[in-house]
Amino acid sequence: MDKRELIFELRRIVGELYVLVEKEDVIVYEQDGSIFQVMPELVVLPDNVEAVSAVVKAAQRANVPIVPRGSGTGLAGGAVPAEGGIILSLARLNRILKIDLADRLAIVEPGVINLDVTKVVSKDGYFYAPDPSSQAACSIGGNVANNSGGPHTLAYGVTTNHVLGVEVVLDKGEIVWLGGEVPDTPGYDLCGVFVGSEGTMGIVTKIAVKLMQTRESVRTLLAIFDDMDFATKTVVDITAAGIIPAALEIMDQTTIEAVERGAPVGLPRDAAAVLIVEVEGLSEQTERAIGLAAEICQHNHARQVKIAKDDSERQALWKARKGAFGAMGTLAPNYYVQDGVVPRSQLPEMMRRIAAISKQFNLPIANVFHAGDGNLHPNILFDMRHPGELDRVVAAGAATLRACIELGGSITGEHGVGLEKKAYIGLLFNETDLAAMTRVRQAFDPDGRFNPAKLFPTPASCGEVRLEPAKIPAGLWI
Amino acid sequence: MEHTHPTIDSGNQPKLATLDLPELYQCVHCGLCLNQCPTYRATGLEPESPRGRIHLVKAAADGRIELNDRFKEHLYLCLLCRACESACPSGVQYGRIAETAREHIGPPGSPLARSMLSFVFTQLLPYPRRLKLAFALLRFYQRTGLQRMLRLFLPKRMREMDAMLPAIPKNFFKPEAETLPAIGPRRARVAMLNGCVMPLMFGEVNHATLRVLRRNGCEVIFPKRQICCGALNIHNGENIAAKKMARQNIDVFLDAGLDAVVVNAAGCGAAMKEYDYLLREDSEYAEKAQRFSALVKDAGEFLAGLGLVGAMTPVNLTVTYQDPCHLAHGQKIRSQPRQLLKSIPGLRVIEMEGSDRCCGSAGIYNLTHAGMSQHLLKEKMQSVGATQADAIVAPNPGCMLQLGYGGKNYGPDIAVYHLMDLLDRAYRQAEDAPQILKNKT
Repeated sequence: MDKRELIFELRRIVGELYVLVEKEDVIVYEQDGSIFQVMPELVVLPDNVEAVSAVVKAAQRANVPIVPRGSGTGLAGGAVPAEGGIILSLARLNRILKIDLADRLAIVEPGVINLDVTKVVSKDGYFYAPDPSSQAACSIGGNVANNSGGPHTLAYGVTTNHVLGVEVVLDKGEIVWLGGEVPDTPGYDLCGVFVGSEGTMGIVTKIAVKLMQTRESVRTLLAIFDDMDFATKTVVDITAAGIIPAALEIMDQTTIEAVERGAPVGLPRDAAAVLIVEVEGLSEQTERAIGLAAEICQHNHARQVKIAKDDSERQALWKARKGAFGAMGTLAPNYYVQDGVVPRSQLPEMMRRIAAISKQFNLPIANVFHAGDGNLHPNILFDMRHPGELDRVVAAGAATLRACIELGGSITGEHGVGLEKKAYIGLLFNETDLAAMTRVRQAFDPDGRFNPAKLFPTPASCGEVRLEPAKIPAGLWI
Repeated sequence: MEHTHPTIDSGNQPKLATLDLPELYQCVHCGLCLNQCPTYRATGLEPESPRGRIHLVKAAADGRIELNDRFKEHLYLCLLCRACESACPSGVQYGRIAETAREHIGPPGSPLARSMLSFVFTQLLPYPRRLKLAFALLRFYQRTGLQRMLRLFLPKRMREMDAMLPAIPKNFFKPEAETLPAIGPRRARVAMLNGCVMPLMFGEVNHATLRVLRRNGCEVIFPKRQICCGALNIHNGENIAAKKMARQNIDVFLDAGLDAVVVNAAGCGAAMKEYDYLLREDSEYAEKAQRFSALVKDAGEFLAGLGLVGAMTPVNLTVTYQDPCHLAHGQKIRSQPRQLLKSIPGLRVIEMEGSDRCCGSAGIYNLTHAGMSQHLLKEKMQSVGATQADAIVAPNPGCMLQLGYGGKNYGPDIAVYHLMDLLDRAYRQAEDAPQILKNKT
């Protein structure tokens, strides 16, 4: 099947409007939320599972790669078509098919926006727990692909802990359910294998997610520190004191500056760090816990501790925190965010190392992170238009990941490996580990049709990835 | 199909410095705008999203794509509602990017539609007398039976457009004098923007605004040489005419010793607050434009800031409030109109789902993109219906026309008011009340 026949076939499946072929259409799909760009050949947007299956079959006949895409908010290049081919956008599969409050589950299509699930059930006192900072835009399908977390991962776990089952389209176009509507189906936990597979095993077309009951009481405080060391030490002390907060988030001075320039909420621009502590539960518990947390902050020389008076004050804090990445544009045209993890106790040391890396490579780094579970997000700020800067950025990024591993951590907490970190996955797993993983992938997708050149280290990238306007830095694709 | 590996694409078109705006580099393509964009929500297509359009403009600036019809369609399917600006954590001013791109590619549509639009933008809007004549002719057409007769012969598309044309009122707005004194102690001296369509289609709203301002101690002036604000021109890539109009308005209003230039149309207010940007490269007017833009206030914003005085009587209505895009997103005004509504005794406000989502009016968008416009309007009317309100309040003429049409076609067929209508009603009843008592005795 040649390209012309493939286009004809795809148009027959989804209609002319939803097969994009012109450069002025497909070019916008060359990027996601990350810094990588590769132009797809075609973009197709089916709106039902049968159409997804037919598209997969057509791609197989034409022998082209398929790259699934949700909202394209990913930060690791997961939705960038590294080897070209078809972008299969799931944006139109965006229906909430079933809400079952008695059994506390919802069945949704992959293009449903994360926050919209909570919006639909919140009036009945329920919510969907995983809350990535991009939750107002990211899709549940994308969350499944990346096993996404969020600020409340500390208390509720990541996506895999909230997915009961997925309907998927496999490489021959077969439509199967993995897992189901009840927990713990017998046999292999294939649903668990699929969650976090970054689109390399097939296309998710339905997701059964758990709903949780809204807690009786939520209390949130903001502590302002003049020294990052004390902020991170506070995090260690709070957990050591036996408080298990729902969220423990830190933003450093550079991040505060970005937020205040973009969509100001009145954070102190001269502070070295702010810490957000949130506790949930019964009112008696939260009252006690937030009081204790406030004491620990003060004990660690917090300049000021403010407990949110009402929901609107709480929402303002979260709006600032969740808009932090997007606000980096106020400081620099480009940012490269890392997603490393260190044991919580190593946070003070890790922050010192990041400061040293920033100095060494002469690049500003804005830190905004899930301190509670040691999941760091150093945002390296730069301007791609400056020649040579990107090489320094990549080197600085690698240095932070190495530091994470030296301190006993990992290279990704929640953003996925994608294109961005595939070169580094070898730092974490040995060849035997990777071979075992590759065999699992091959069991699902023997031809390597789905989202090729992601997740696993490859000797060299087959395609060329565009990091506009500079060329690919040497050493990125090791 | 022979699968070809992608290659680095640096573009083969000329680079376009005029499109290479600093705003483009503030966008880090995080995607938080997507779900707030009405056209992305309706289509699921990235080229119909703010992030997609920004990328298109960037690609055009870099010479990677042509400014062909596809490019134009994407730029013009945008409503310019600027909901994306409210969602953007980096504060990217998308409106500037889209308006600059439209200025570069010119007005939308077929060559015939373009020349018709161009005629309206350059030959009608800047000339109040010509515009008035055109509306008088339209009114004649509507009232003499000519409309019913002609409708039979119009092509389908024209017939649809004709059906959207609301009845043109019997009286156009004309202030009694150029200066009208405050009622009671004078608290401020303001000028009112007469507007282009406002005095012709919504003369009563201008009367209402004038009365409410005067009752709140404002001396109101109507400078004779003021003209249309130019917003429609800017939105449709006709910036040369817009700049001329902006300069004339600045000349007329700037040195009249005013505390504010009060505007009761959200779209006009937003455009006039941005004259400073429009004329930033005009050596003679850049500084004047800054002073002028600082003077411009939306009527609701101005009155909420001034504080209402005087007695009001209850208005027993349940209303729902539609945030005009150029008020909520363009001017960041959300709380002030709601605050004023709450100050009217007896009035209940029920919030609708997505009150700050565009109704599909968007200037002349309902004419140029009827399909998308009606899709959004249907959704909007469903949200309105769910509130079971007796009326909609929407302080902008475009929204009022669109929602009125929506009520008639999709229901609920309820009244659409301007915020000033309801304030005026509460004041007038209070004034009339003792009068009635007096007559009885």
